[in-house]
Amino acid sequence: MTMSAGDARAALTRLLRGIAPEIDLVGIDDDALLQDELELDSIDFLNLVTRLSETTGVDVPERDYPELATVGGFVAYLARLDPSR
Amino acid sequence: MTWATITKHGWPGGIEPNITDYDAACASFSWDAARARLDGLPGGRGLNIAHEAVDRHVAGPRADRVALRWIARDGQVTEATYAELSVSTNRFANVLDTLGVAPGERVFTLLGRTPALFVTALGTLKHRNVLCPLFAAFGPEPIRRRLDGGDGRVLVTTPAIYRRKVAPIRDALPGLRHVLLVGDGAQPAGTEPFDDLLASARPTFAIPSTSPHDTALLHFTSGTTGTPKGVVHVHGAVVAHLETGRSALDLHPDDVYWCTADPGWVTGISYGVVAPLAAGVTTVVDEGDFDADRWYGVLADHRVTVWYTAPTALRMLMRAGPDAARRHDLSHLRFVASVGEPLGPEVVRWGQEALGVPIHDTWWQTETGAIMIANLAGADVHPGSMGRPLPGIEATVLARGPDGRAAVRDGSVAEVGPGIDGELALRPGWPSMFQGYLHDEERTRAAFECGWYLTGDVVRRDAEGWYRFVGRADDVITSAGHLIGPFEVETVLMEHPAVLEAGVVGVPDPVAGEVVKAFVCLRPGHEATEELRLELLGFARSRLGAAVAPRQIAFDQHLPKTSSGKIVRRLLKARSGGLPDGDLSTLEVP
Repeated sequence: MTMSAGDARAALTRLLRGIAPEIDLVGIDDDALLQDELELDSIDFLNLVTRLSETTGVDVPERDYPELATVGGFVAYLARLDPSR
Repeated sequence: MTWATITKHGWPGGIEPNITDYDAACASFSWDAARARLDGLPGGRGLNIAHEAVDRHVAGPRADRVALRWIARDGQVTEATYAELSVSTNRFANVLDTLGVAPGERVFTLLGRTPALFVTALGTLKHRNVLCPLFAAFGPEPIRRRLDGGDGRVLVTTPAIYRRKVAPIRDALPGLRHVLLVGDGAQPAGTEPFDDLLASARPTFAIPSTSPHDTALLHFTSGTTGTPKGVVHVHGAVVAHLETGRSALDLHPDDVYWCTADPGWVTGISYGVVAPLAAGVTTVVDEGDFDADRWYGVLADHRVTVWYTAPTALRMLMRAGPDAARRHDLSHLRFVASVGEPLGPEVVRWGQEALGVPIHDTWWQTETGAIMIANLAGADVHPGSMGRPLPGIEATVLARGPDGRAAVRDGSVAEVGPGIDGELALRPGWPSMFQGYLHDEERTRAAFECGWYLTGDVVRRDAEGWYRFVGRADDVITSAGHLIGPFEVETVLMEHPAVLEAGVVGVPDPVAGEVVKAFVCLRPGHEATEELRLELLGFARSRLGAAVAPRQIAFDQHLPKTSSGKIVRRLLKARSGGLPDGDLSTLEVP
C-alpha cells in the first residue's frame, strides 16, 4: 500500500519531530534541501534515514540517499515505499 | 587486540615521499631551512601568508596553474588559476580599503566551501586584517558570542545565513560595521553586496609591510568552562603550514589535493586554504554535503592524489559498503590522511582495502596551528596510533595530578615512560604556535607550564616513540570532528524557563565518535514530558545550530555534584556508558 503525497509529508513531519522539532514544514518548498534550508547536518540526516527504516521496516540503501536530499524527494520516496517489499 | 603495522612496499604512483628516513629528517631539521622555502614580501617587506599562498606563484611558471577547482552543489565546476586568484584577492583587499577598515581589525566569515571564502580569506590577509572564520552551521547564539568576543568589524556571509542567523542578533553587535552578502538575493538594510563591491574594486594591490609577528588568524575553539577561546595566530605561521604540508601531507608540486574540512574550523583554513596554495598545488573544493557516491566521484573524476579528511566521513564511507568504492577509479589516490578525532585501526585497514592506500592519522589542534604528530607517507603505518612528532616538533607525555591535567610538583613537571598515560605536551617554538587566547591572559598562562605547552589530551607513547590517543583531560566533547564546549550548551539550555540546571557530556556514537547529550534538571512546577523534551531539543537547536546542540536530552532531578555544588560531568558520562565511574570520593552523596 502506498501513501498520498499529503500523508507522506505528514510522515516526514513526524520523523523530523524526534530529530529536529524546531522545523516547521508548512510553507517549505519541495525543492528545499534538508541539509541546507532545513539546517540538518549529516548526522541528523543519517538519524532521519535510520528512523525511516525503523518505522517502515524497509531497508533504505545508501545509493538511495541522494533521492532523499530534498523535502519533495523525501516525500516522494516515502509515498512509494512499500513496507511489504 | 593489537593491529599489525602496515609495511609499505614501494611508493604509490612511483612518487618518492618527501620524507623517507624519519630519524635523519628529524636530525637535520631546522625551522630556518623551512623559512627559506618561502619568498617573503618583495623588497624585504616581511612575511605575509597571502603573498606566499598566491602572489609569489604569479611571478613564476605556476601563474596559469589551476589553484582552485570548485565543484558547486549542483556539480558545476569552476576553476581559478593562481593569476586569477591573485586579482580577485587584490580586489577584496581594495574593498576593505574603500570601506575604511583599518589593518588589524577583524573580518569574519560565515561561508561554506565556496570561491568567495578563498577570496575573502586571502584578501583579508593581504590587507593585513585578521581573518576569523566561523562554522556556517552554528546557530545565532554561538555566532553572536564569537562576533562579540572577537570584535568583528566586517562579516562576509550569504543572504540566507544572514536572514536566518545574523539579522536576529544584529542589534546586539554594535561593533559590526559592515556585512557583505555574497551572491544574488535581497539586499536587506544594513548590508552591502559582496559581488558588486568586488567587481568595482581595483584589480591591483601591493601588500604593505607585514611582520611575521603580525596577527593573521583568529580561530575560536571550545574549552570546558567559560566562553569560547579565540586562538590567535600570526603571519609567520605560514612557515609551519607549508612545511607540514610537505612533511605530513606529502604534497608534491603536481598534486591535486582535496581537503574536506569546513572552512569554519582551523583545518579548513590551515590545510584547506593556506598549505596547499603555499605549496602551489591544485586544490579541489566541493561545496556539497557528504554523500558517499558524490565523494568517490570527486576523488575519481578530479584525479585527486592527496586527500585530507576526517574519521566521521570515513566511517560514513565504510557504512556505504565496498561496492560504492569499487564503482570508481581511485587509482590516482597516492596519500590519504585524517584529522579531527582518533582514527580507529579498523578504518585504517578499511582504507587499504577500499581506497587502495592506508589512512594516515594526524594529530594537532587549533592552538598548534599545524600538524604536530603524524603517520608519514614514507614510513610504516601503525593503525590506531596518531604517529610520531614531525621533524622540528618536540613532544612528551607528562604525569597527571588529581584533576587529570599535568601535575606540577615543587615547580616542575615529570615526564612518564613508555606505556603510561599522561598529558601530551609540546615544546614551544614552532612557527604556528598560537600567540595566546584573545583578551584572556589567564587562560593563556594556564596553557603553559615549566616550558611546555599543555594540550589537554591524554596520550601514551610506546618505546619506539609512537603516540596513541587515550582521551581528553577535560570535558570538551568531540562530535563529528567538532570540538564542543559543554558550558556553551548548558548556558543555552538554562535560558529555557523550565530548566534549573543542565549537565552536558559526550556519549559514544558509532559514526560521530561522540554525540552531545544533555541531562536536564527541571524547575519546580515543570513536568518531565516527551513534549517538553522535544521543546528543549528544538530550543537548543534553534539557538546553537545542529552541530553544537544536544542530540539527546534526558531528565534528571538528581544531577551528581561535588560538595561545592559543581555538576560532575564525568559521572554523567559514566551513567551514559562513556566512562568508568572512577574516584567518587569528592562527590556529594544524594
